[in-house]
Amino acid sequence: MYLRHLQVEDFRSWKHADLALTPGATVLVGRNGRGKTNLLEAVGYLATLGSHRVATDAPLIRQGCDRAIVRAAVVNGDRELTVELEINAGRANRARVNRGQPGPPRSVLGILRTVLFAPEDLALVKGDPAERRRFLDELLVQRAPRFAGVRADYDKALRQRNALLKTAGKRGRSGREDPYALSTLDVWDAQLADAGARLLAGRLDLIAALTPHAVAAYSAVAGSAAVGREASLVYRSSLGDALPEGFGMPEGREADNEPGVAQLRDVLLDALGRARDVDLERGVSTVGPHRDELELRLGEAPARGYASHGESWSLALALRLGAYELLRAEAGEPVLMLDDVFAELDRDRRARLAEVAAQAEQVLITAAVDEDVPSKLTGTRFRVAEGEVSRET
Amino acid sequence: MYEGVVQDLIDELGRLPGVGPKSAQRIAFHLLGSDPADIKRLVDVLNAVAAGVQFCEVCGTVAEQDKCRICRDPRRDATTICVVEEPKDVLAIERTREFKGRYHVLGGALDPLSGVGPDQLRIRQLLARISSDEVREVIIATDPNTEGEATATYLVRMLRDFPDLTVTRLASGLPMGGDLEFADELTLGRALSGRRQV
Repeated sequence: MYLRHLQVEDFRSWKHADLALTPGATVLVGRNGRGKTNLLEAVGYLATLGSHRVATDAPLIRQGCDRAIVRAAVVNGDRELTVELEINAGRANRARVNRGQPGPPRSVLGILRTVLFAPEDLALVKGDPAERRRFLDELLVQRAPRFAGVRADYDKALRQRNALLKTAGKRGRSGREDPYALSTLDVWDAQLADAGARLLAGRLDLIAALTPHAVAAYSAVAGSAAVGREASLVYRSSLGDALPEGFGMPEGREADNEPGVAQLRDVLLDALGRARDVDLERGVSTVGPHRDELELRLGEAPARGYASHGESWSLALALRLGAYELLRAEAGEPVLMLDDVFAELDRDRRARLAEVAAQAEQVLITAAVDEDVPSKLTGTRFRVAEGEVSRET
Repeated sequence: MYEGVVQDLIDELGRLPGVGPKSAQRIAFHLLGSDPADIKRLVDVLNAVAAGVQFCEVCGTVAEQDKCRICRDPRRDATTICVVEEPKDVLAIERTREFKGRYHVLGGALDPLSGVGPDQLRIRQLLARISSDEVREVIIATDPNTEGEATATYLVRMLRDFPDLTVTRLASGLPMGGDLEFADELTLGRALSGRRQV
């Protein structure tokens, strides 16, 4: 798949930008702060409905405007679709596919798939567990868009349960009985376990599928440094030993099936019941996928806290390349985006990344200066200057 | 910013659900240009609403008398109660002309984030109705979202105490006139698991 056309209006620093794109490598060159990354961010937003830099939509809208628009023509095989997203300040965002009726943003999920590698990705290895959960869930949605709904349901049920824990816990301490609190807590446990089991099954299935790709990518990127210190991915569930065996194993792919989900739901419901006293005490839910961790390991040691700076970069890159290979193997090639990363990598890692990128159906690259981009990736070049982007001939 | 009372009007209109600043401005200027008699009618209605709207003492929907039109109607089947969240849901189901029973309006759904628990909903009244009247079936028609599903689950648990009562939940599935291929997986999955023999 590739982007044939990208248009943004009032997105970040851009009043307007219009790029005709082609398959192969496209390099956006310009000094820092001119908005190169903003264009990749716009493409990433179309694919994931989120930004790799900020958690909220407000910064994406140009200052003083009330909406931003991202429009793209996506070619997948012999089919071309146009997608348009309107990001609104203080109102629900809207999406249109092929200039049809405006609908919810979720309707564009699955049309464009992207994998973005950016300097921020170092946090995948060095940052909090939340960073790795976000990585998993974003990839999950790209793999199967229905998980956007599962994820939203889970978040909603979690917030409702936590709100109830806080009020019920308080009443308990003040000695006033609330006969309804416990029975409604049962209800929210059921909601949380229902969405949580689906999310968990999806994640475990994803990790099983992703692991071989990520491990292979790490060996290739790290080269001789990987000998004896191979990468591995371990899902550390807040359910602990209660997590049924067989899930998350390569042969455990039936996890996405209803019986697997039903089994996980029972386990999760049981764990929520056992954690109830602690949860009431603390006013938060202490078990569930929102407390799980994707542990990255190098050899015998967890990468977080033990890996060197260079190893951390290799591992972050391996996760992204693994995601790229996974999507490519399952659903056709995603668009690869490399945001200002060549300057951060040493010679060997650069060469490895360039090799993968050169074979990609489409790769969008940003760089401050031409010299940062490996010579293998010569393709279309755009010069990005103050509020303007122009193609070099 | 407009001066004085015009801006006040725009601000007040803008606080209404579904009305943005631009629509508020448009409505405000429409009102400024309309016939004083029209405005008086609007003001009278607003005053009447503010003075107190009556709710049906049986089902809880908006009513003109102590009981609503449906609860007063002897032709409606008193053995079947359809439980909905809001009065507007009563209207939605009435439009189908498929339902001949009576209603029970909860006044919302379980929503701990907004401080809504069972005590804030008309659940006790529902249980009282079921114990005293000859109710044989309760149809739970709360919204198919997280809060609505939680409320439905809660009601099902409470209604287990009535052994002779049939409790049903509205089916969720495919919209009529739609295409199978455009249905999202969750809806399609629900439709599949709730399939019926024909």
